[in-house]
Amino acid sequence: MNLAVRDIRHSLGRFILTTIGVGMLLMVVMGMGGIYRGLVDDALVVTRSVGADLWVVQRDTRGPFAEVSRLPRSLVDRVAAVPGVTDAREFVFHTIQRERGGKPLRMGVLGLGWPLDKGEGLPLVAGRALGQAHFEMIADESLGLALGERLRLGKDTYTVVGITRWLVASGGDGIACFTSRDAQAIQFDEPGESVRLERQARRGRAGEADIGRTQPGVLERASGLSGEIAALPGPAVSAVIARLAPGAEAGAVQQVMSGWSDVTVYTGAQQEDLLLRGSVDRARRQIQLFRVLLTLISAVIMALIIYTLTLDKLHPLALLKLIGAPNRTIIGLILQQALIMGGLAFGVGYGVGLKLFPMFPRRVLVTNDDLLRVAGIVLLISVFSSLLGIWKAMRVAPSEAIG
Amino acid sequence: MGEILALDASGLTKVYGSGHTEVVALRDASMRVRRGEVVALLGPSGAGKSTFLLCVGLINPPTRGGIAIGGRRVQDGARSFGDLRRFRRENIGFVFQKSNLIPFLSAIENVQVVGELIGRPPSLARRRAMELLEALGVGPRAFNMPTQLSGGEQQRVTVARALANRPSLILADEPTAALDSKRGRQVMELFRDVAHEHGTGVIVVTHDHRALDVFDTVYEMEDGMLKPAAHEQVAETVRQPGTA
Repeated sequence: MNLAVRDIRHSLGRFILTTIGVGMLLMVVMGMGGIYRGLVDDALVVTRSVGADLWVVQRDTRGPFAEVSRLPRSLVDRVAAVPGVTDAREFVFHTIQRERGGKPLRMGVLGLGWPLDKGEGLPLVAGRALGQAHFEMIADESLGLALGERLRLGKDTYTVVGITRWLVASGGDGIACFTSRDAQAIQFDEPGESVRLERQARRGRAGEADIGRTQPGVLERASGLSGEIAALPGPAVSAVIARLAPGAEAGAVQQVMSGWSDVTVYTGAQQEDLLLRGSVDRARRQIQLFRVLLTLISAVIMALIIYTLTLDKLHPLALLKLIGAPNRTIIGLILQQALIMGGLAFGVGYGVGLKLFPMFPRRVLVTNDDLLRVAGIVLLISVFSSLLGIWKAMRVAPSEAIG
Repeated sequence: MGEILALDASGLTKVYGSGHTEVVALRDASMRVRRGEVVALLGPSGAGKSTFLLCVGLINPPTRGGIAIGGRRVQDGARSFGDLRRFRRENIGFVFQKSNLIPFLSAIENVQVVGELIGRPPSLARRRAMELLEALGVGPRAFNMPTQLSGGEQQRVTVARALANRPSLILADEPTAALDSKRGRQVMELFRDVAHEHGTGVIVVTHDHRALDVFDTVYEMEDGMLKPAAHEQVAETVRQPGTA
């Protein structure tokens, strides 16, 4: 006869409510772990989806995810020429905030190295990759844009041709992918008046120089398109990403490029490490600490619940001792109840979490490893929390059943 | 070879506290109960009756004196021989003033649990529990929870539980206090029948003088001292309840 089950059956309503309460607490513990995992995964999703072996960034900077990095577009050709590199692409990434339907629309703008990279490697859930060099975009579903929807950014209008899932920046903003030219056009978009004033200023500066005064053609060029003036640099890229040929040693290629005085080179792993130790590190540690605290609180609450349940049973326990029940029967009763409660609470927490976590504004990524870890913690909590109750039960004298 | 007694308690003394706070609850109390004998223990409140039951029930060891149950020596002063809790579950049955059933077990489970504790297979323990409940007239209430039973029914279930391990000795502390006189007498007669039928020694602490004729032997306790009540005295007590 299982006394633990009989006791639970006897006070089923209270047991269920208590278990649901503990389950909710465990759900929060799981949720915190999931938020932590989500944060880490979100931080790495871009770097992983571009699949770069090497990141070439502005000298002495930590790359586009940590700070501003500006490199000339021509660097792509230089990187591509290094032995061991199979392809090199521009990487453009920046965050913009616009308004859509009266609400702020914040997105990370990721430039793909068209035509080499059309976005086929992205986690598409609807639509297709980019099909033309301009005016198309692939948006993450968290941005709330529909397939075929047209969005004006700067001077141009872009059509959503693909939808991704969980392609978000480390800050949690959904990412929209464009060709790198379009991404730069969005980044360096200037109002017409600003362009006119700049051209006028350029013409004024040229007019003050001897060459401007003696050669009218120079003045005319100075007030023309900036892209047609060879002396002016083109729009900068955030980084250049390189893929290596099979068998090429990343360290050796990295060493070649590190000899260039204008760039710093990171391997993919180093870039991920910079990301985790940089922009998300504090949030990551905060969530971890909060998770530890929650786990401890859950343990204390469970211990108190099991202890209270034991206090309610002191008379029956004394009676069991009186009729000769061995200690293992009494310990088994309390321990089994704690384990049953822990197990059911884990199930409740997991079940409710499955329904609730997708509604959270940021990704809650509950992995099997984390679930196993929480299950282990619940097992430990159940055992330790029952110790207090067992201690109390062992102190009950059989004579208390008579009084 | 002498007769094996259900209980042989000799020279039991129980002292609580020490120095100024010393209280002597039992003074050299001795009692021999034969198998099948039903013994009543009378005495005013505070006389030491419950202390005596706790000592011979192996719950509270005496300060001095020896206890043998079913022919086996189990206690000599504060020194005990073997696992007392195990000995208790295999050899002693308890019945108390309050029914003292485990609230989360049904009537049959309350009896069955004792059988399982002494190692019977659950099915056998359950069958034996049902037999006992039917024999005591509460078979139809076997699957009710204690709160669904009347006081008399609860007490019968308690008696069934006390019998479940086929004990050498049953200790009952005012088992009829919560019952009316008719039910009280029925329970006392039940003890007598059980004792005679199973060869169990039964000690009943009682204030209910109306059923003293049911008992084979009557003891009296006063200020911790135990003595057999004189036959005439018992007869007088039966005729004039409340004077003992």
